Amino acid sequence: MAREITVRDALREALREEMDSNEAVVLMGEDIGAYGGSFVVTAGFLDEYGRKRVIDTPIAELGIVGSAVGMAMGGMRPVAELMTINFSLLAMDQIVNHAAKMYAMFNGQFTAPVVIRTASGWGQLAATHSQTFEGWYAHVPGLRVVMPATPADHKGFMKSALRGNDPVMFIEHSLIYRNRGEVPDDDDFTLPMEGAEVRREGEHVTIASWSRGYYLAMAAAEELASEGIECEVIDMRVLRPMDTATVAESVRKTNRLVVVEEGWKTLGVGSEISAAVQEQAFDYLDAPIERVGSLEVPVPYNRQMERAVFPDKDTVIEAVRTVLAKDINTANV
Amino acid sequence: MASTKKSRTKGFPLEKDDLLDMYRQMCLIREFEEACAQQYSMGKIAGFLHLYIGEEAIAVGSIKAMEERDHVLTHYRDHGYALALGLDTGEVMAELFGKETGVTGGRGGSMHLADASKNFWGGYAIVSGHLLLTVGLAYASKYLDEDRVAVCYFGDGATNAGAFHEAMNMAAVWNLPVIFMCENNLYGMGTAVEHVSAVQEMAKKALAYDMPAMQVDGQNVTEMYEKTKEALDHCRSGKGPYFIEALTYRFRGHSMADPEQYREREEIDQYRAYDPIPLFRDRLIEEKVAKEDELEKIQKAAREEVEAAVKFADESKDPDLDTLGDFVYADPITIK
Repeated sequence: MAREITVRDALREALREEMDSNEAVVLMGEDIGAYGGSFVVTAGFLDEYGRKRVIDTPIAELGIVGSAVGMAMGGMRPVAELMTINFSLLAMDQIVNHAAKMYAMFNGQFTAPVVIRTASGWGQLAATHSQTFEGWYAHVPGLRVVMPATPADHKGFMKSALRGNDPVMFIEHSLIYRNRGEVPDDDDFTLPMEGAEVRREGEHVTIASWSRGYYLAMAAAEELASEGIECEVIDMRVLRPMDTATVAESVRKTNRLVVVEEGWKTLGVGSEISAAVQEQAFDYLDAPIERVGSLEVPVPYNRQMERAVFPDKDTVIEAVRTVLAKDINTANV
Repeated sequence: MASTKKSRTKGFPLEKDDLLDMYRQMCLIREFEEACAQQYSMGKIAGFLHLYIGEEAIAVGSIKAMEERDHVLTHYRDHGYALALGLDTGEVMAELFGKETGVTGGRGGSMHLADASKNFWGGYAIVSGHLLLTVGLAYASKYLDEDRVAVCYFGDGATNAGAFHEAMNMAAVWNLPVIFMCENNLYGMGTAVEHVSAVQEMAKKALAYDMPAMQVDGQNVTEMYEKTKEALDHCRSGKGPYFIEALTYRFRGHSMADPEQYREREEIDQYRAYDPIPLFRDRLIEEKVAKEDELEKIQKAAREEVEAAVKFADESKDPDLDTLGDFVYADPITIK
């Protein structure tokens, strides 16, 4: 049995089920209690679970993550919420120098299984509140970095993260909380935090993306299908460990690849996927890989300017046409 | 951890066995650090090496006051705490040699000693970062109703960083059993405290968080014991965190790479008069706790223990390169 619910409700269910089944799970972050969370994910939790388990913290991201890492070392299962990924930069020392290092640096004596929830996204919030940083964290060995798109992945990953033994960067997106999808009716529904998924099959071109980018890719694929262009859409889902083999396998069939991300292309996640695919499937590529990303500027406030910075369905369609036109086997030489 | 017998030695807060054990630990740390300096100059120890010489009374006195279940986290000048907590001398030295038999298997080195089985959660080398971990461990102790106090040691330099203030505030607002143990040795690396801190008495910084604080003579091992005990009792009674400023001095440079151009020879000599080991030895003899030859025997045994530790470290193997990928993730990864 499955129900169709939103990403937000999938997260709420995952957190509630794990809190109900494991007393060690606590939530902590800025305004998650009395206020209900900036994106309303934890609304009502304070009344249900009390102040000991739903902790309104000072506005101190370094402290939130650092104390959560200590709690995890001490046998708890904290979910540390950083209001947006922009603010996670204040906690970078605890994420990269502490959480990611505990297990290896002390020779496997203990781990710090902290789950850091944070949200990417934008919406006329200007330069410091509109950034995309999943690649920064996916760079670091020792962290698991998930950036799910579907409600089922949000729920399954969150429950796995809270039952696993590694630190997890759980990156949400403020613009997809209301997206709907099917989620199994099962209190023990978990998903392994690895592996990309082919969400739509197609023969002409592969589009790899994740989070909100996945929805752009699906919308573009639908529109292109009406013209007879069949896109294979891959949801990357997990950025560390990253499953590039699934992308390469798809490229062996379609011979063309478009990578869609919301971050800046330079040194971005798309660059990594492109490099991995040319390593694994160089002979199968019939056109240069096309990378779609945001314009390399600090994000402006103005609505039209902001729209022009981020990729949308049309940018993805344009990229697909580019790789199809650049088919080297049919080029007019 | 002190013995539980009620009897006390005249003029001291502890009985003879404990007093002599503290003397033994201080000698062991001193001998260990001297040997480290020597092994470093011979190229057996690499990287950064920060010696605890001159500050031994702080680790030894305060740890004697704790219970085994209490949590300990330290900065990177961490050999003294490891030895005071009873980590094997040979395995600590082997870690400095980078050997497989080291306490962290050659992965951590001098700055990252740890033994989770002793609730020693490690030496940390990002200044002030571990203070927040301590807050988290204290939260867990309270949440899980474990009656453990979490103690973090840090230098005066850490008190100027943001993490210090976030940790102090969180520990206070959540009323957690934390002892913030600041070792004020007057220098953050090579910069004198007056150039970088708006207040020179670190204990004053606790005022902003409404946290009880005291200054303690960090060269006096029994005072360290007594004052730490008071702070531990405060934390255990549910009254929240406590701040201790232990006044001390680092007899050696910041690390072995330090040319020490920032302080005068006279200043170092002046503080050497407050060497915690001779100070304690003289008191033990004066108060007739032990005779000189008894203390000499302890000193000699410490030297022998360290010699054996060096031999053990030297004879141990380097870690197997095949284990390089171990301990990156605790849960398996199946994708290629």
